[in-house]
Parts: sequence; structure tokens; C-alpha cells
Amino acid sequence: MNLQEFIENFAGQFDETDPEEFSAETKFKDLEEWSSLMALSIIAMVDDEYDVIIKGNDIISSDTIQDLFSIVEKRKS
Amino acid sequence: MNTDYNPFSLAGKTILVTGASSGIGQCTAILCSRMGARLVLAARNQERLQETLNQLNEHPDGHVTLLADLTVQEEVERMVAALPPLNGAVLCAGNSTTLPLQFGSREKFDEMFDVNFFAPVELMRLMYKKKLLQKNSSVVLIASIGGTHSFMPGNGVYGASKAALNSVMRYAAREFATRRVRVNSICPGMVDTPLIHRGTITEEQLAEDAKRYPLGRYGNPDDIANGAIYLLSDASSWLTGHDLVIDGGFSI
Repeated sequence: MNLQEFIENFAGQFDETDPEEFSAETKFKDLEEWSSLMALSIIAMVDDEYDVIIKGNDIISSDTIQDLFSIVEKRKS
Repeated sequence: MNTDYNPFSLAGKTILVTGASSGIGQCTAILCSRMGARLVLAARNQERLQETLNQLNEHPDGHVTLLADLTVQEEVERMVAALPPLNGAVLCAGNSTTLPLQFGSREKFDEMFDVNFFAPVELMRLMYKKKLLQKNSSVVLIASIGGTHSFMPGNGVYGASKAALNSVMRYAAREFATRRVRVNSICPGMVDTPLIHRGTITEEQLAEDAKRYPLGRYGNPDDIANGAIYLLSDASSWLTGHDLVIDGGFSI
């Protein structure tokens, strides 16, 4: 799994936020565009792109994109 | 005063309940037995089905359990061949998914429609065709407010399957009326069953969502089962083709 690609897939769910704003350290729940529907989109994106099931609590327990990436990477292996 | 008057009694009726091992199906089976019905329970898992059976009021003719995965054609046919004549059926077996529409691939739609639409429709079709549904019998389909009365983001794939079910319900009500078989559906709002506690939506989000219901809470399985009892009983003899919304006022 590639972190940079994960960040791009993550950023791809957003419409208003500047893609440049996304990095491994981005605290995504602080973004203005973050919403419960966005959480569902991230869960669906991870299922779609990585064939990994994550849950609402995984989103809650992650602060940064790196945190979520680590969860997905661990579950993928 | 005659206190025995009970138009909702199910005494003398044999009633099939699918999805009987959990949630709304399990509760419906238990309450129907308390109303005097003889039950035919169907589900995929023997052990969990036995748990439901253990909670039923005893019936002199004995209850029946049938194991079947209703998404598998041969298993539906085998189950239908084993069914006794029925006075009612509550088709509860179903599944849900929370998925934004842009991720609703054909595969995701197929998965949902197989369980929520094709399985109950095929079962109902065969029960009618094989004349297992007796005169004055009642079929109850468990649909949802999603797809007909409510359109919450993330519920499109699920809601579409339930809307399709509601549509077939009305056609069946028209066609089956010739044999005096009634067909109705129940459209529940969010009901507290294992189905909603699978983690896509967190417990905190569920608790917050429940506050949006005018009556202040999510439904309990017996809120829906009691509606099914009404639709199965002779109290609803003149009711067919109706989708009964039981949702704590959510869709108002």
C-alpha cells in the first residue's frame, strides 16, 4: 500500500477543500467539509479501492490520514 | 361484558415467518405465538432458529422450523415444497447497507436486491402459485420508510430495494385478491436490532440520530411485530395493498 496514493484517494472524496491541503498529518475531522456523509464515503472508498472493511469507530479513533492509513494497511496484510 | 373479544387473535392460523432467528422476524414469531398462531419458522442458522423456537408459546399442533438460504433458488424451492398450507406469512429476512450512491456499483445493488427484493418476491410467488396461501390469508412484507417515505444520504442502494418491494406488494395485492389473499407491507423507521449495530454508523451517531424521531426514540422490534399481528389478523380483513408506516413520526 502506498501512502501517497491513499492520500490522493482520500482527498478525491472532497469537493471544496484544496487537494494541496491534504498530507499524512492532516487532521481530517477538523476540515470544514468533513461530515457524516463524508465518513461514509471514506468507508466506501476504502472498501472499493483496498477491499478492506473499516468501521465508524476506526474513523473516530483516527486523527490524521496517516492514522487511518495505518489501520487499513494493518488490516490489508 | 364479554372480555374475550379480540379481533387480533391469530388462533387457528398457521403463519410463516422468515428471518425468524433475529431482530424483527424473531420478535414477530414470538408475539404471533402468544396470539395463538402455529408458526413455521425459516432462517439460515439452525442454532439461532432453535433459540427462537424455545421462546414460542407452545401450540397443540407443534411449530415447524425450516432451514433455507432464500437467495439460493434450490433452497427456496425445497422450502416451499416442505411448507404446510398457510394462513399468513411475514417475510422479514433482509439486509441493509449504508453506502453513498457514487459507490453503489452494480455488484452492490445486486447483493442488496438479491436479499431484499428477489428472495421475498420469489418466495411469495411460489407460495401463491403452489396454492399454499389459503383463502383469506395475509402476506406481510417488511419494507422500510427508506426509498418511499424517506431518502437519507447513504441509504440509496438499500432504499431502492425496499421501494421495489413496496411496488410489487401493490401488484400482488391486486392480483392475489382474486383468491382473497391480502398483501401489505410495513415500512419501519430505524428499529433497534442487530442489523443497525454493525459499526458503519457508530453508537454515538445512532444515539444522536434517534433524537431526530418525533417520538424520541428508535423503534423496538415489538413495535413492528404488533403491526404485523394487525395485518395478519382478521381485524384487517378489508385492508390490502397498503404500506403501513411505523416510524415514530420520522417521515412526517
